[in-house]
Amino acid sequence: MSLHSAGWRDVSRAAPVFAALGDQTRLALVARMSSDGPLSITQLTAGSAVTRQAITKHLGILASAGLVSDRRQGRERIWELELEQMEAARRYLDHVSKRWDAALDRLKQFVEE
Amino acid sequence: MKLHNTTDRIEKEIVLRAPRSRVWRALASADEFGAWFGMKLDGAFAPGGRVRGQMTLHDRGPVTVEIVIERMDAETRMSYRWHPYAFEPGVDYSSEPTTLVEFHLEEIADGTRLTVVESGFDRIPAARRAEALRMNDAGWAGQLENIARHVAS
Repeated sequence: MSLHSAGWRDVSRAAPVFAALGDQTRLALVARMSSDGPLSITQLTAGSAVTRQAITKHLGILASAGLVSDRRQGRERIWELELEQMEAARRYLDHVSKRWDAALDRLKQFVEE
Repeated sequence: MKLHNTTDRIEKEIVLRAPRSRVWRALASADEFGAWFGMKLDGAFAPGGRVRGQMTLHDRGPVTVEIVIERMDAETRMSYRWHPYAFEPGVDYSSEPTTLVEFHLEEIADGTRLTVVESGFDRIPAARRAEALRMNDAGWAGQLENIARHVAS
């Protein structure tokens, strides 16, 4: 794997993603769209303790981070995940994570020798 | 090695086939920590203490990393704060948010289970994250060179 596989552009795009995901309701919305695919606000609100108005607000925050997008379908708006942004955030964390893997491998050799 | 990631933290767990006292020494002694981590530290670790580490990065020469120790509970837990990947020479990072690194040690039948948690990534400014990864790319190349040299010697 190339040392430069996670480019710095991924990181600059990932920052607002981390902030947007730092909320339980929004994480739940992302999980729901991830498992069920594109959904309307009515579908996203159904079975949730959170009001439709609050869901709309949370979707707006996710949209401004580029995590979701909406399109009109008849009288409803359909929301879906923008997977590319999610992928950029994941790549950034993977990259940081690998540094720890390498450091802990060195620690393992150090204490086991 | 297991891996758990969320948006704000990275968690690692590793089983080391060495007594807990040995693993603790490798963490708590600045000399030993520096030996496996790959940096030269200018002082001993003590709670509340500030230690500077010199690392040599590929194409960039020596840079300084500041570590502020938070807790040292003998053979159980150690934590410190630092600026993740704040490896740009000549830049003052002192006013920027830090991440918290926590080591937890647990004695098990065949050695020691070590858990490492680094948290606080959400607070790192976007621009710095971008630069950080660029710096880290350079850091990785340097780390691999260090390992190659170590193995060859």
